[in-house]
Amino acid sequence: MSEKSYRDAIRDAMMEEMDRDPNVLIMGEDIGVYEGTFRITAGMLKKYGGKRVIDTPIAEAGMVGTAVGMAMLGLRPIVEMMTMNFAIVAADQILNHAAKVRYFSGGQVDVPVVIRGPQGAGVQLSAQHSQTFESFYAHFPGIKVVAPATPADAKGLLKTSIRGRDPVIFLESAALYGMKGEVPDDPNFTVPFGVSRVAREGSDVTIVSYSRMLQMSLIAAEKLSQDEGIECEVIDLRTLRPLDLEPAYASVTKTHRCVVVQEQWKPFGAAAEIAASITETVFDELDAPVARVTGEDVPMPYARNLELLATPHEQHVIAAVKKVMYANG
Amino acid sequence: MAKTKEQASSTIDPAAACAPEWTEILRQMILIRRFEEATEREFRKGKIGGYLHVYSGQEAVASGIITALTKGDILFTGYRDHAHALALGSEPRRVMAELFGKSTGVSKGKGGSMHLFDVEHGFYGGYGIVGGHLTLAAGAAYALRYQQTERIAVCYFGDGAMNIGSFHEAMNMAGLWGKDGMCPILFIIENNGYAMGTSVERHSALTDLAQRVRAYNIQTEKVDGQDVFAVRGVADRVVRQMRETGKPYCIEAITYRFSGHGAADILQPYRSKDEVEEHRHRDPIGILRNRLGEICGLTDADVKSIEDWAASEVAAAVQFAEESAPPEAEELWRDIVAEHGPVRENE
Repeated sequence: MSEKSYRDAIRDAMMEEMDRDPNVLIMGEDIGVYEGTFRITAGMLKKYGGKRVIDTPIAEAGMVGTAVGMAMLGLRPIVEMMTMNFAIVAADQILNHAAKVRYFSGGQVDVPVVIRGPQGAGVQLSAQHSQTFESFYAHFPGIKVVAPATPADAKGLLKTSIRGRDPVIFLESAALYGMKGEVPDDPNFTVPFGVSRVAREGSDVTIVSYSRMLQMSLIAAEKLSQDEGIECEVIDLRTLRPLDLEPAYASVTKTHRCVVVQEQWKPFGAAAEIAASITETVFDELDAPVARVTGEDVPMPYARNLELLATPHEQHVIAAVKKVMYANG
Repeated sequence: MAKTKEQASSTIDPAAACAPEWTEILRQMILIRRFEEATEREFRKGKIGGYLHVYSGQEAVASGIITALTKGDILFTGYRDHAHALALGSEPRRVMAELFGKSTGVSKGKGGSMHLFDVEHGFYGGYGIVGGHLTLAAGAAYALRYQQTERIAVCYFGDGAMNIGSFHEAMNMAGLWGKDGMCPILFIIENNGYAMGTSVERHSALTDLAQRVRAYNIQTEKVDGQDVFAVRGVADRVVRQMRETGKPYCIEAITYRFSGHGAADILQPYRSKDEVEEHRHRDPIGILRNRLGEICGLTDADVKSIEDWAASEVAAAVQFAEESAPPEAEELWRDIVAEHGPVRENE
């Protein structure tokens, strides 16, 4: 084990896989000479050369489309999106092509392409640069959607993404890039898709989350424990597609109360899907309706005070936990 | 389209023109035509669902290029894709079965007319979003070079695909990567004069389409797409060159589609019957047949025997498609992803 930042864990995963398999390459805007807006790819051009570390034009459809074509021919391209907001420009390439070509070809091609990059709000980037996209992509069959909450998961899940045979949307939380944590050194350490984990044990309320909101939920859970004596069990989903809710069902069977936490907008979001599945599956176990903590249903404003109002915080999680315990005021 | 001076035209060397291969090309083009006529009949009978876009009139563009390729080369195209599959060597019966939505189809009945796929024969699809596949093909060409092969990628698209963003992104990246010899992609503009029902004059600010490709540092050439001798002549030279250079190339084939845009395009208000009739005088099959007759002594009886062969091939394909089983219900859930989740160890 070594202590690594979320950012370095991602870089390590890519470099270890590039060392392991000559078919792995990376492409994106200003990832080579410039070394990446978030410096995830620092040092890679020097080490691997321009054929494997490709600076692309600012052309998201072009870079994703070409990566899909490379993947169909047996390469394993990683596409770095400067931010995931820009990937919408490539929606046709991701959703109409990458996600469907295996199916409509009757299974004749693999599409091992990883589209990764940062997302999320918090540093006053306003409406076009602060979005989160997990439910948008997880809606579509044919792709996998990953949203790690820790450096170890960032590394292990990215390695699984690169080694797989399917297109993966790998959503990094920009706010977590500097977060540190213990990461296994074993170059064959991977984390499988579709296996959620219990991030904190507790007996009173189940909190289900992923990515940065998982970290925020853990902070809220500690406060609730210290201040109120309420013990929350926190479930980290890790991947939204495939989605493993078994630990959530087991936990709700124990706690009988559930809060789902997401950063994105409430309507048609991941929390809605999760809450509906819990209600369908363990309805009889519930002592209260499943509560949702989400961002406000507005385009992200620039002003700091408004941005803070638009995003979920610990106090929202705490209030929701109290609500499902019928303990508010 | 009238022939213009800049279009390459075939010069006839009788020895070369009478090589047995040309009779094979005639057979292929006649097979494609009869196949497409059968698909239109079967569509009207309700045996083929969805959309149906037939290739009649454009056969020389598929056959002239594809017969110049060798095993290992790969091809991407849009949704008017039956001819490309047949020319690459897909079995007519498996192509027809795909159109019938049967388990024996090239894509197991899960793609249909717009998504023919036959990777074994180098056919990487069959795509339904205009222009979308151009970027895939450019990436595939990069992969062929990355893997240090001399294979090339061929990417067909219509004049109508040239106004969408992915066209420009693919062209720019191909031109860029081509500077390092890393993008051996042969773009074929099937310029049949119409983007669905909108003529080139009405959809493109610049009607010299090849010129638009040259803007991306890609060499281009126009060819009479009704003359398979001309198309093949250009293809032989260009393909040889690309294997060496690893650079992209673009051929604009001026052609014409005899049928409607799709099976539902019955009225065709965007063009006159006279216009269609005029172009039928430049039927690519007629041009090749006449030339083989004049120079090589191909007789009416020879042509009749080819016609009989094609008719029986197509009839057998229809019968095979008719008699094949539809996909099993389990197919619904297959081929979505390679590795299904959740993959919990205790399950």
